Amino acid sequence: MSERKLGYVMAFNEAVRQAMEADPDVFCAGEDIGAFGGVFGTYGGLQATFGADRVVDTPISEQAIVGLGIGAAVTGLRPIVDLMFMDFICVALDQIVNQAAKLKYMFGGGARLPLTITTAAGAGLSAAAQHSQSLEAVLCHIPGLKVVMPSNPADMKGLMASCIAEDNPTVMIKHKRLLGMSGQVEEDPYTIPLGVAKVLRPGKDVTVVAWARMANEALAAAEELAADGIDCEVIDPRTLQPFDMDTVVESVRRTNHAVVVHEAVRFGGLGAEVAAQIQEDAFDHLDAPVGRIGAPFSPVPFSPALEKYYVPDASAIAAGIRAAVDRPLLAG
Amino acid sequence: MTELSKEVQLDLHRRMVRIRLFEEAAGSLAEAAKLPGFLHLYVGEEAVASGVCANLNDDDHITSTHRGHGHLVAKGGDFRRMMAELMGKSTGYCKGKGGSMHISDLDLGMLGANGIVGAGSPIAVGAAFADKYRGRGQVSVAFFGDGATNIGAFHEAANMACALHLPIVFVCENNEFGEFTRREQTMAITDVIDRAAGYGMPGVIADGMDVVAIYEATSEAVARARRGDGPSMIEAKTYRFYNHHGVQNLGLKYRTDDEVAVWKERDPIFSFEERLIELGTVDAEQIEHVWSDLRDDIAEAIQFAEDSPFPEADQLLVDVYSGALS
Repeated sequence: MSERKLGYVMAFNEAVRQAMEADPDVFCAGEDIGAFGGVFGTYGGLQATFGADRVVDTPISEQAIVGLGIGAAVTGLRPIVDLMFMDFICVALDQIVNQAAKLKYMFGGGARLPLTITTAAGAGLSAAAQHSQSLEAVLCHIPGLKVVMPSNPADMKGLMASCIAEDNPTVMIKHKRLLGMSGQVEEDPYTIPLGVAKVLRPGKDVTVVAWARMANEALAAAEELAADGIDCEVIDPRTLQPFDMDTVVESVRRTNHAVVVHEAVRFGGLGAEVAAQIQEDAFDHLDAPVGRIGAPFSPVPFSPALEKYYVPDASAIAAGIRAAVDRPLLAG
Repeated sequence: MTELSKEVQLDLHRRMVRIRLFEEAAGSLAEAAKLPGFLHLYVGEEAVASGVCANLNDDDHITSTHRGHGHLVAKGGDFRRMMAELMGKSTGYCKGKGGSMHISDLDLGMLGANGIVGAGSPIAVGAAFADKYRGRGQVSVAFFGDGATNIGAFHEAANMACALHLPIVFVCENNEFGEFTRREQTMAITDVIDRAAGYGMPGVIADGMDVVAIYEATSEAVARARRGDGPSMIEAKTYRFYNHHGVQNLGLKYRTDDEVAVWKERDPIFSFEERLIELGTVDAEQIEHVWSDLRDDIAEAIQFAEDSPFPEADQLLVDVYSGALS
């Protein structure tokens, strides 16, 4: 294992670059990804290496961008198409939900759809209500899609490589507040299997399930709570569809407490599904209701003064974990 | 017309008769409550799919519409697997999971009928992108109705195809109605083809009741695409003889019986047969042979479909994903 450090952006970029080097059927298309390299730099330098035929600047046409990927995938290529902000999936939802996700099933299995859709989610940049959402629950609700949301550079590279190698439509969701994150990343190509969670921090008192930026906030909360003698096990599912519930349930059976954290609004969020499944599969092991931490039920506000209250942070997560752990058991 | 070889003339005729017989049979089965779900029949529009697809190879791609049986038949679709799919049987093209509105044959380059109006065009753009990327001279055709040119997906697809200079032909089947509403109530232009210029592609109007006109217009458009000269569009003026869905044709509230009668006088198959006889390509007896042979094929396909099993319950979750859901 090399000691090389790489940023979250370049970890993504390296996965794409290595896939394009290995397979001439891999190409990228999206708004501003060519000469400009993408608004977050995630596609930087790729057009210079692979040319404009393989790193394609498209019109601002999200439906056609996804359709381009579907049509190319179903006829034998391995496309990566970019939707600049996750909010823009709404513009392309017919192609994502009614077409990409269902083609294989509707066609009786004959279709192969090796399509990766990349996008960027997350608040914290004062980008306001149309450039800040975390809409992963919308996608996880759709049979046929796989959904990935990495929390660090090493996972980003390995998971992105797996997305590209997948024969299913897969959505890789970058988090905008993690773009500056750096970490140790192996230089050689590698994959991390989809649907396998990672225990970021082992612990014995409470299972904390958190992904993307919230996984890092949960780790910070765990450090804070450790000082008070609360030992958190932090699990990052990494892939949200399929969701590695086995790892979560096994952990809850040991810790007897669970808290789910996400940046998306709490109501109808993926945390509700995770909490429900924990209660179905580990009810007798729970000493308290499963806690859920998420954004309040409002659009993402613009002003930094409001946005800081909107997105859960380490202290809010710590408070939520305390509430779950400290809840007294009823006598008898 | 006289320039077309006898072989091409007979091919065009046969494709149209195949569509007509398949659709009439499907309509009868629907009336007998033997087909579940919605049925959008292509009867009246046969010249369009036939004239277009006669210009295509198996490895050329098409995307279709909710009224898609005709496109698959014209691309060479197998009656037996089509009929079985319409009945929801496990031997159908989609193993009974897609039905009429999702019928497809990827081996024939038919990328699916589509239940969402306009949604096929962006997918055709993707197929055309792949065609160009591979550089094997393949082309893609997007079939869509007049109504689909009012939805965003069509405009995004048309613009992107032109911006990327892709080998694609956009074929608008203007049957004058978007479901139950007249075209002139939903767009302020008379000819859909006016839209082509807005994207920088040539467009022509062709008589959608004349298979030779469609064949010749497509021949030019496909040649252009294969040459690498980019997209073009054809507006085929046509008409559906039956209702938006189902088999009723007369007594409908949104169009008069007289209007239907006028269009039926221009039946694309019968009018073509008159011309074939006039030209001496075939005689009436030979034409009848085409019909009777294909009627046998249809009867055999219906029997095959009726004898086929429904999918077992264990197929419910099969093919949601490729490979194991890890």
